[in-house]
Parts: sequence; C-alpha cells; structure tokens
Amino acid sequence: MDFISILSIFVMACFVGYYVVWSVTPALHTPLMAVTNAISSVIVVGALIAAAASGIGTGAGVSKWLGLGAVVLASINIFGGFAVTARMLAMYKKKERQTPAASAKREERA
Amino acid sequence: MNAMEHSATPSWAMLAYLIAGVLFILALRGLSSPSSSRAGNRYGMIGMTIAVLTTLVTHFPLALNPFGQSPAAIEHGLEVVPDFGAFGLILLAIALGGGIGWVTARKIAMTDMPQLVAAFHSLVGLAAVLVGWAAYLNPEAFGIVEVVNDVATALARTGPEGTVLPTHIHPQSLIEMALGIAIGAITFSGSVIAFLKLAGKMSGAPIMLPARHAINIVLLLAIAFFIFGFFMSQSMVDIALITVLSFVIGFLLIIPIGGADMPVVVSMLNSYSGWAAAAMGFTLHNTAMIITGALVGSSGAILSYIMCKAMNRSFVSVIAGGFGAAAETGGGAAKEQRPWKRGSAEDAAFLLKEAENVIIIPGYGMAVAQAQHVLREMADTLKKEGVNVKYAIHPVAGRMPGHMNVLLAEANVPYDEVFELEDINGEFAQADVAFIIGANDVVNPAAKTDKSSPIYGMPVFDVDKAKTVMFIKRSMSGVGYSGVDNDVFYMDQTMMLLADAKKMVEEIVKSLQH
Repeated sequence: MDFISILSIFVMACFVGYYVVWSVTPALHTPLMAVTNAISSVIVVGALIAAAASGIGTGAGVSKWLGLGAVVLASINIFGGFAVTARMLAMYKKKERQTPAASAKREERA
Repeated sequence: MNAMEHSATPSWAMLAYLIAGVLFILALRGLSSPSSSRAGNRYGMIGMTIAVLTTLVTHFPLALNPFGQSPAAIEHGLEVVPDFGAFGLILLAIALGGGIGWVTARKIAMTDMPQLVAAFHSLVGLAAVLVGWAAYLNPEAFGIVEVVNDVATALARTGPEGTVLPTHIHPQSLIEMALGIAIGAITFSGSVIAFLKLAGKMSGAPIMLPARHAINIVLLLAIAFFIFGFFMSQSMVDIALITVLSFVIGFLLIIPIGGADMPVVVSMLNSYSGWAAAAMGFTLHNTAMIITGALVGSSGAILSYIMCKAMNRSFVSVIAGGFGAAAETGGGAAKEQRPWKRGSAEDAAFLLKEAENVIIIPGYGMAVAQAQHVLREMADTLKKEGVNVKYAIHPVAGRMPGHMNVLLAEANVPYDEVFELEDINGEFAQADVAFIIGANDVVNPAAKTDKSSPIYGMPVFDVDKAKTVMFIKRSMSGVGYSGVDNDVFYMDQTMMLLADAKKMVEEIVKSLQH
C-alpha cells in the first residue's frame, strides 16, 4: 500500500473515531478508556513480526528479544484490558422493574 | 512506489486486518449504551484474535532446515522449515503476559481503576518503543528496507573500497519509526508518573521545576532535531537520544500536574498511546493498527476536551500544570471565621426520612473512603421509605472520566438513577436534600460568582437551591483541592457532617433503620 492510501485510511478513521466516541455515554467513560487500552495493544502485531523474524547478526537477534518483550507487554494489556472492561460492564445494571406482584405487596404494606 | 511495496502481506491478510479494525470501531460503538456495551467488548476481543492469528499465520517463524540443505535447494534458494521452538517462545510470551493481565484484571479493586488504566497506558507506550527499536534493528523483517533501483544511488551508498553500507531503511519509515518511538516513550514515562501519583506512591502535589517550560521547549526542539538527524543518517546514536529525551520529557510533563487534574492527564496519555500505535501502523502499513490508533487517539483527545471543559480550563493550562499550588497563595490570605452548623447522623437520618427528593453528589472522597456500598444501602433504605433518590455526577468527579459511575455500578446502583450534571442541575430547586459526599469544588458557588476564584467558570451543581444541604467532610480545616473556601459550608440550610464518609453513612443507615 502506498503512503497516500494509508494516510486516507488514517484520516477517515480519525473522523469515525470522533463521531463514535462522542456517542459514548459519559457513564461508560471509564470502560471506554479500558477498552481503548486493550485495542491499542494491537501493536502486538508489530511485536509478533519482530519476535517471529529470522535473521542473521546481532541486530536481528536483539530485535527478536525486543519483540518477545513487547509481546509480553502487549499481552498483559490485551487480556487485562478486555477482562477488566468485561468486569466493569457486567456491573452496569438497569433498575429492576417492579413485578406487579411485588408492587401490590408493597401497597398492601403501606 | 516499487520500493515501498510490501512483499510479505497477502491480500487475505490485509482484508483480515481491515475486519479487525472494523470490529474495533464496533467495540467503541457498543459503548453508546450499557445494554450494547457487553456485545461491543466481545467484538473487540474477536478483532484482536483475528489480528493476532493473522500475524501468526503470515509471520510463522522459519528457520533453515536443520538437516542440512539438499544440493537442489542450494541451487534454487535455501530450504526453510517451520521453527517450532521460536513459535513456542512466542506462545509462552503471550501466555505469560496474558496470565499477568488476566489475574490483575480479576483482582483489582474498582477504586484503583485510574492507576490500573495509567499502568496499562505505560505498557502500550513501552511496547511501542520496543517495536520501534526492533524494526530499526531488523528492518528486513518489517519490509521497510529501501530497494534501490538505480546505479547512481547504489554507488552513492557503497562505502569506501566497495564495502556495502548497512541496510537502508526507507526514509519515510525512519520518520514514522522515530515518531512512534518518541510518542511511545513519552506515553511510557508520563504514565508511570501518573500511575505513581494515582496509586499514592508519590505525592499528588504538583512538583514545580524552575524554568520548566523553557526546559520542555528545549527538549522538544532537541527531539525534533534528532528526528531530522535520524532521517538523514539512520544513526543509532540519534534514535537512542530520541528515546532517552522522550522518556525525560514524558516525566517532566506529568510531574507538575496535581492530583485533581489527573482526569485530563489520564485521558491525554490514552490519546498518546493511540498515536503511538498509529505511528507504528504507518511503519508496518497495517490497517488494523492505523484504524485503532486513530480511534484511540481521538477517544483520548475527546475525553481530555470534555474534562477540560468541565473544569473551564484550557488544555494548555492543565498541561502547563501547577493548578493547586498557584491557587493556595491567593486563597490563603482571606481566611475568616464564619459560623457553620454541625449536624449528627441522627439529625441527618431524620431529615432524609422526611424528604421527598434526595440528590446524592459523590466525589473522590467517597472513593477514598470506599463508601459507595454503604451509600447504596442508605439509598435503598430511603427508597423503601418512599423517598425519591437520584445520584448526580460531575464530569470531573474522581480521578478519571466516569470514575464515579463505575464505583456506583459496583455498588449495584442502577445506572438509570445516575445523572449527568446538565441533566439534573435543574432539579435542585425541587430537592429537599442535596447530599454531598466526598465532593467539594464541584458544588462551590464561587465558580459562578467570584471572578477572582481559580475555579471561576467551572460548571457546578446548584446545591444552594436545595432546601437542605448535607455536607460530609472529614473536618472543617481542609478546603477542596483548588484551595478555595466554599460558601456552601456557611449557608443557613447547610448541615456539616464531620466524619469519615463511610462511618458517617453507616451511622445514618443505623439511625434510619431504627
């Protein structure tokens, strides 16, 4: 892909990001940060390429270990980020609707 | 454009990365409401799985055949076989990181969420630095080597006596790489400081260096200079200097910022981690990384904007830092003794029981005291008495955007009882009790009236319109983070409840249940 196509994708994605993020409800801003954290670890792609590369010389050898280190860091983020987001989102509950029976009981008591 | 061509990425893989990027967009889209958010999170996980699997398949580690090369292979190119040892090492790295992340995510207390997010940001930043360096050291693997087609350039790049100079990285990739490393390094060191401040391992007070603005500008110029140098020379000294100076500037940028400005800082670092990923995406020509980087970058930027607006401060002034310290000198002089009323838990319980509408305003103090569960118990007891209870949340309450909402959700407060500032501010006139727990500046009327106040112009709750104001505070001595005295303490209808927030609410619950 040439630079201009990549730049186009980037610019379009910035606009998509702008509109999508404004539509996020403020109550979910903390999960938003946690999940953006998790997805920004897509940098793991670069880490995997480095870790999987074969090559000759010290440069390539060091590069491989840097890649492996980055895989560890990004994996912490991927698993941690998605797990903590899931944990938070599971806590957001709506008000329990009163079943007719329960409200009748409450009226009786009153 | 031939030189830029990525030989290694097949079109199915490019499509897979695009799908991953779209799934990430859907992950954020899901957060528009709590009911769709869980599905959104799953989209994100699927997207990440696709991105990782695609990379593992297209970049499976290969090695020369250990059983030697057949004569035919030597003639037609060397024979390679899958390197399962290297692959195992990668799986081990994923398992190690994944395990640490998973356990941390399970164990972390919801009150500690801001420092966890800061810690996660620092990891993205450091990973970006490592990947950038890896790409610099092994450019062939990343497909960013410049292919020289004309003889003149090739000759120009040949050293004395015909020695071949080291591999030339494509100049454009050099810039992208340097930017990725610089942003990643700033994200890393900045997030580490933010983490230490949020976790209380370092004083939350702003640390002011003399001439810090000048130092920062000089450092930024130096980084720009070395990026240019790196572009010209591809020298390891330049990229090392870029890395070190970026670490230093990230550190210097965050130390002068005080605790209550942390919502802005955390959002800003969120944004940086996105831009770092995007820069790496440019280097690798990877759509998933570019889309994600743009999403995360704009997400963090928007959150910073919302936070700044909620404090009526410009982004620049927050980043310039030192809010708390500057305010203290102004507010300290005009201290006078004014009468205020102290209430007991029993008084509060009595008034709350009689009330029709109660609005609870939680702040960071509630998080510190871990009072959210007992607060919900109090609200439940009141609801049983027929009291209408609502929660009002200021955008900058707590240490990160949405911090209070998560804590209330953790305490099982239904999210449709929780309201944002602009949605509920009109209701204080009808409220019998405004119950302030651990908040201060966000209810300070000085923001509306006193032009000399450092928080002037910040949108605040109109608690002065409520019939009764209950203000839980540890003591009368401390003022809010901004260092400004609060007129609400001295109003006729205000009842100061001086105690630890959790203990006070527990006592109120006890008297309510009698």
